[in-house]
Amino acid sequence: MMDILQIFLSDSFWAASLRIATPLIFGVLGALLCERSGVLNLGIEGIFVVGAMMGWLTAYLTGSLWLGVIFAALSGGLFGLFHAVLTVPLGLSQHVSGLGITMFATALMSFSYRTIFPQVSTPPRIEPFRALDVPLLSDLPFLGPVLFQQTAMTWLALLLVALLWWIMDRTALGVAIKAVGDNPDAVNAQGLSVIRLRMGAVVAGSALMALGGAFLTMSAFDAFFFGMVNGRGWICIALVIFASWQPGKALLGALLFGMFDALQVRLQTEAGALIPGQVFLMVPYVLSIVALIIAARKADYPRALLQPWFKGQR
Amino acid sequence: MTTSQPVLSLRGMTKRFGTVTAADAIDLDLSRGEVLALLGENGAGKTTLMNMLFGQYTPDSGSVHVWDESGTERLLPPGQPHAAIEARIGMVHQHFTLAENLSVVDNILLGTERLFHLNRNRRAARAKLEALMTHSGLHAPLDARIRDLSVGERQRVEILKALYRDVRILVLDEPTAVLTPQEADGLFVSMRSMVAQGLSVIFISHKLREVLSFSDRIAVLRHGAKVGEMATAEADTHSIIRMMIGEEHDAPERSPGKTGETALRLSGINVAPGRDTGGLLDVSLDLKAGEIVGIAGVSGNGQSALARVISGLVAPSSGSIETATASQTALTPRTALAQGIGRIPEDRHHDGIVAALSVAENLVIERLDDPEVSRAGFLKRSAMAKHAEDLSAAYDVRGPGIHARAALLSGGNIQKLILARVLETHPGVILANQPTRGLDFRAAAEVSRRLIAARDRGAGVILISEDLDEVLSLADRILVMHAGELTETASRDRSAIGQLMAGHAA
Repeated sequence: MMDILQIFLSDSFWAASLRIATPLIFGVLGALLCERSGVLNLGIEGIFVVGAMMGWLTAYLTGSLWLGVIFAALSGGLFGLFHAVLTVPLGLSQHVSGLGITMFATALMSFSYRTIFPQVSTPPRIEPFRALDVPLLSDLPFLGPVLFQQTAMTWLALLLVALLWWIMDRTALGVAIKAVGDNPDAVNAQGLSVIRLRMGAVVAGSALMALGGAFLTMSAFDAFFFGMVNGRGWICIALVIFASWQPGKALLGALLFGMFDALQVRLQTEAGALIPGQVFLMVPYVLSIVALIIAARKADYPRALLQPWFKGQR
Repeated sequence: MTTSQPVLSLRGMTKRFGTVTAADAIDLDLSRGEVLALLGENGAGKTTLMNMLFGQYTPDSGSVHVWDESGTERLLPPGQPHAAIEARIGMVHQHFTLAENLSVVDNILLGTERLFHLNRNRRAARAKLEALMTHSGLHAPLDARIRDLSVGERQRVEILKALYRDVRILVLDEPTAVLTPQEADGLFVSMRSMVAQGLSVIFISHKLREVLSFSDRIAVLRHGAKVGEMATAEADTHSIIRMMIGEEHDAPERSPGKTGETALRLSGINVAPGRDTGGLLDVSLDLKAGEIVGIAGVSGNGQSALARVISGLVAPSSGSIETATASQTALTPRTALAQGIGRIPEDRHHDGIVAALSVAENLVIERLDDPEVSRAGFLKRSAMAKHAEDLSAAYDVRGPGIHARAALLSGGNIQKLILARVLETHPGVILANQPTRGLDFRAAAEVSRRLIAARDRGAGVILISEDLDEVLSLADRILVMHAGELTETASRDRSAIGQLMAGHAA
């Protein structure tokens, strides 16, 4: 029991939680933006892979990490555009299109990797983002290591939470996006374009998702592996419901999952002899399901989620 | 205040869908400060015409002319909603176009602000709205979310939304369909004052009483063409109806029937309110054979819950249900059918038929294990076809044939199909939930006639309707539903019943 308390008191535990949460923050924000406009984007898992691969590849070829981040977002946006064209003006099933995008993107990235690096035994590495050592602040006890020794991408994620909250809550654009996900007829009757709003939200949301993938190859690790996304996209889809489509709660949800995951690693080392490690591996998922069950009962679904809208039709 | 100063003119508006001509060279003129009522049966072309005015549909031919304040004539480009909004034409749709997750003020400002601005100046907007509310007499809580508002309040938000954009021409599509008579009267008073200040209104309604009291001029559409136009002062109900359906309208006559034993008794029924529906509070009801009990009320006050209890779709948390053959705490769909409860559901497209099945299959779907319909699990196709032909003829179900999917029938014919299925088995209790909603005069009159005939045969009929006129004309007894409670009223006075509908004790 004492051991667990010690885990919670250690700064390395909280730093790890935030680090693990970072890709999820990007992903949840992206999924939130798409779904607020009424479009479910199950392409998220594949778009994570796209972001991971394209960000890393760009950084590897150009040596510029930030160029990698930009390219990751752009390529994620491109796959988002694909999903948006299929589901918004054409009104195809959002589930089918999204899952198709995930399979297509994952396969295409693996194929590209194999084609570009035909004979490598160890994956080529890049120099990843380093922890921002903020003078003075990073020397603070506890807060220093937790907050001020993270990489720039974690800060970008936190910044985006604030930005998205501001847009959704304080700007006319946010109001329009929320409206189009609730009742597209209302938006149309007021002379705004349902199609453009939704496509814009899906493209921007997908770009955010890709940043989550880029974090994996450019900040958490320094290379691209197959299967490295490992279901993080799906976790984000669940976390959006947990967050009830609000950016603030999305951050909370991602942090919670990051915490469970960081806890599980530590418990494994603490009690690994007694209980098989696989049990601990399940912990974050089981706890997430429990949290989701509690939160989802009150979840406030966008009313027009999954519903295609066509002009001149009731 | 009707002036001869024109504001809008539709010329030769024509729209074809496939082989159907939904609007056929319709001309329509509107003057400043005029209320024009647009009348017609369902499918007469009213909505098509308005959708063309708003650029939702692109007309095949015809043009929309608008005159601005200075009297300059302008042609509205076809097929562009934006152009209509810029020409300051507003529409209040029959189905509200409000985002329920947003506040009133956000809904009203939607589309009026620049999207890519990191800030919003809402103080000026609010000031303008406050002034507008005082001016028009239409009030709504600006910061409340739409989902927390009553339908009456939502309606006012819809109108404020249009007025906020300084509309000069306002189209109201069946604005009173969901209002209590008092709310409707309040709406007309407000609209009247706006009209006196120069607003022009096109008013679509099925309720002739309103049309006669509120409009200046009446235009009637039939089968996509304009068949007549007259000053309201010179019109009366008969002349309007004759124009609308092209013949004399014979409203079903109700004569007092002979009541018998109790057909259905509900005692102390309670149902917890659901997410979208009201609940029931200690509802008791005694339905005799041979009577029509009308349940009036604004929808959402528990009517759906009551209908579900009687249909066996929901089990009440307490209370008992007694039919001619059994007494129980809750019905199931199967026991409801077995005890002779015939059900005409509110949402006929969704709950009344299985759209993917054929007309013949839908006609027997409530008794698939009847030996007349199946043997050893196999359907008797030829017997079903014969049965369907007979019933379709008897109930005048028109469509592409008995083997066509029921989805292909029009709303009126779907309702006839349901009536045929329900009445054929001579149920002792008939639950008719909004049986004529959305039907035109002819179809509605047919439904009413059938219900009266069933009553005269000895069935007890529960008629749930939002249309007070319908309840008044059909029901032998009237009960009013408000906030889950059922109150019987001996009064047949519109305003007294309206008070009950609004929750005021009579």
